[in-house]
Amino acid sequence: MDNRYRPVIGLEIHVQLNTKTKAFCDCSAEVFDLEPNSSICPVCTGQPGALPVPSHEMFELGIKIASALNCHINLYSRFDRKNYFYPDLPKGYQITQFFHPLSERGWLEVDGKKIRITRIHLEEDAGKLLHSGDNITKSDYSLVDMNRCGVPLAEIVTEPDIESPEQARIFMEKLRTILRYIGVSTGDMEKGAMRCDANISVVDTITGKQSNKVEVKNMNSFKFVEKALEYEFDRIVQLMENGQEVERETRGWNLTTKSTVSMRSKEESHDYRYFPEPDIPPVVLDSEYVEKIKNSLPELPDDRLRRFVNDYKLSEKDAWTLVEDKKIADFFEEVVKQTKEPKETANWFLTELFRMISEHGEDKIHINPTHFVELFQLMRDGKISRNMAKDIFQESALSGKMPSEIVKEKGLEQVDDTKLIEDIAKKVIEAHPKEVEGFKNGKEGLFGFFVGQVMKETKGKANPKTVNEILNKFLRGV
Amino acid sequence: MWYNSIAKREEVSELEMLTNEAFKTMTLKDAMTYEDKSALVERSVEIIAKEDKNIRAFISVNKSPNIGIPIGIKDNMNVKGVETTCASKILKGYVAPFDATVVQKLRENGFSFVGKTNLDEFAMGASTEYSAYGPTRNPHDLERVAGGSSGGSAAAVASGEVIAALGSDTGGSIRQPASFCGVVGFKPTYGLVSRYGLVAFASSLDQIGPITKTVEDSAILMNIIAGKDEMDSTTVDRKIDFTEFIGKQFPKMKVAVATQSFGEGVEDGVKQKVREFITLLENFGHEVAMVDIDDLKYAVATYYIIAPSEASTNLSRFDGVKYGLRVSSDSLRDSYEKTRGEGFGDEVKRRILIGTFTLSAAYYDAYFEKAQKVRRKIANRLSEVFEKYDFIITPTSPIVAFKIGSVSDPLVYYMMDIFTIPANLAGLPAISIPFGKVDNLPVGIQIMGPRFSDAKVLGFADSIERQLR
Repeated sequence: MDNRYRPVIGLEIHVQLNTKTKAFCDCSAEVFDLEPNSSICPVCTGQPGALPVPSHEMFELGIKIASALNCHINLYSRFDRKNYFYPDLPKGYQITQFFHPLSERGWLEVDGKKIRITRIHLEEDAGKLLHSGDNITKSDYSLVDMNRCGVPLAEIVTEPDIESPEQARIFMEKLRTILRYIGVSTGDMEKGAMRCDANISVVDTITGKQSNKVEVKNMNSFKFVEKALEYEFDRIVQLMENGQEVERETRGWNLTTKSTVSMRSKEESHDYRYFPEPDIPPVVLDSEYVEKIKNSLPELPDDRLRRFVNDYKLSEKDAWTLVEDKKIADFFEEVVKQTKEPKETANWFLTELFRMISEHGEDKIHINPTHFVELFQLMRDGKISRNMAKDIFQESALSGKMPSEIVKEKGLEQVDDTKLIEDIAKKVIEAHPKEVEGFKNGKEGLFGFFVGQVMKETKGKANPKTVNEILNKFLRGV
Repeated sequence: MWYNSIAKREEVSELEMLTNEAFKTMTLKDAMTYEDKSALVERSVEIIAKEDKNIRAFISVNKSPNIGIPIGIKDNMNVKGVETTCASKILKGYVAPFDATVVQKLRENGFSFVGKTNLDEFAMGASTEYSAYGPTRNPHDLERVAGGSSGGSAAAVASGEVIAALGSDTGGSIRQPASFCGVVGFKPTYGLVSRYGLVAFASSLDQIGPITKTVEDSAILMNIIAGKDEMDSTTVDRKIDFTEFIGKQFPKMKVAVATQSFGEGVEDGVKQKVREFITLLENFGHEVAMVDIDDLKYAVATYYIIAPSEASTNLSRFDGVKYGLRVSSDSLRDSYEKTRGEGFGDEVKRRILIGTFTLSAAYYDAYFEKAQKVRRKIANRLSEVFEKYDFIITPTSPIVAFKIGSVSDPLVYYMMDIFTIPANLAGLPAISIPFGKVDNLPVGIQIMGPRFSDAKVLGFADSIERQLR
């Protein structure tokens, strides 16, 4: 069944731009968790007589996104009004770009496939309603928080090129990585800084029939994007199998029931009466200005991935794990610059460092490149074992102390004194005559037992290499 | 020395004894150099108290105004701390939280806001009859309308209640009431005066301008209120001295008189005044030609698509959620419908309905998009005329002030804007200056110039005004 039906998915993503000011006024755009209605002014609350003035920074960030997503940037763009009534929309219209968007025709590669971007345009966010009850219909009253009114958004619309719910999630995750790389948004879906609506239809590959399109909303995490689309795909396939009509409608992901619920049918959809915003003249960008912004972009994740694979000889999977978070990737390169050991450094990052971050949280980690350099040096010099190194790393990371300092403090330095180890080895052999006999009769496995006993006596500080050499001499006579 | 100084002071205080009659005819130019500004405010408040019972130019009067030059502000512009009603029930109780840019500029220049003047609700109308506060009466004949929508401002200046006033002009709302009331009304080039703090009717057409007793006063006011404003991105950065040509000789100008001035619907008396005006221009040595500007016949239809389209969305914010009237109901939709149903008057509703229709997806191309094209065509045609002529002359209004309540057909009413609308569609400067009377009612002549020729339009109008005195 799974092979017979194929989902066709397109996404519409709203990205909150982290500009200093709102899109059309001077209010601060950092409004998450603020006291309600504390970042508002006559413009963003739609007072009579107030006028919108577009922010330059919003265009700068918009151009960055468009460039990173390989889009064509329109030097001439214009704002339009999208008209509808809702209490969180103070002007009764949203200022958006409908007829002449900032940019068009781009792509983002996911799993080796280019997902085409239809358009990216700029618009303003709406406010938030706080209902006295569970939802608007069950409430005695609702309050309006207008802090978010006018926060700039970039809306990214893809072509229906996405072939699976999983691919939709990966697309979103990759997009977030890019947004963070170019520093235009936190990309936090949980905080609403990135929001995703999806259009899904299903093709029956045998009959060639394609179902009607369903719009899915309210998917406020990467996981839910995948889950909701999986649910919706199954639901549509079920309908098709039963020969039922798939209704053109908008459905919302319900977190508690883990299902999608109909919100409105297409017949009920609004006529938004789009028309050019007469309060804002068309924006004509200077091509040099656009070039300047394009050139200011940092290395993008895909380019970095390629470089990590080629220069550091890392597997694609490992490389992406490092690249995905720009801060980690930057730090990794800083460390490699000093250790000159990319593979070994990557190993420590992928195992120890990531484990520490997930256990303690990023801000508790105080490690710097010289820690790595010292740690590697101590291992190379045979002063500490790999196992010891892990403990030392952990302590360095949490306290910021240098590995050599920790070694000294705790007397962890490897015992490499041949005379001392010989004495201990002798004692161990004397104390275990049965095992010596067993070994001499061919129980080779007992060699490890003697090594273990010596290590135990030295509290694990003996250099394993030296222990091996001495035991070989005593037991095998070599 | 000592005696002299006493004598001087007595002299001055005598000069400062301003009578109400003297105040009524006082120009802004004189008021600006008049030292005892408190006397100006006192006279203004006194006259308003006496006369406005009949004229009803004001919606609200400031009981304790600042000292300064008394000016009337049309009640669709924000004066901080004062109610802005737009003559609508829907804004009842709304106190403006900020000054309009023009108001702020006037404040800085020592003006006193003695009151907010009446208008057609949200500036939609040409008679000030469509006001929730009742009609303003024409000071020349109290049975007749003052024109509109800035009828309150025009009547307040004409009656001498204030020295000057501000109006807003979307399709003639400054010039037509100025014409009906026998005063000067000037609509600047679009973009010269900030609209920040002006409650929008049709954003691409709206422009604030002065209503004054003399052309020079309009130029003086323009120098104060005009200029690029960071709060209004449709303003342009253009340094203009609006008084540059005031008092100057205007040598032989090329003047086009639109043949439409003698067309259907223009009252005979008005036609006669236009003929007299032509003769006058010729006598002053100007070159006058009759020019058929045929495209003007589309102007009214174009305007009554574009203006209601913009208005229908500009007025969406009046939803009962944030300010003004709220009629509560069980459902959100019901509350919207009742608030707007009770808050807006018939003419406003009519225009919201028209605009909602012309912007709807199914009719956008046929109406709004088409109207935008015709708008450009009209603008292009006017530009063509201005390649050959310095100014275009028409009557400001095809008719003189009519009796209150005598016009009920909206189409007849809309046609009155035929001569004023083109300047808004093309964003051009245009002035209405009084030119005598017909049956004791003032007639205004409109002088229109190319974009940014504001100083020349004012200068030319001033040169004619001076000859008439």
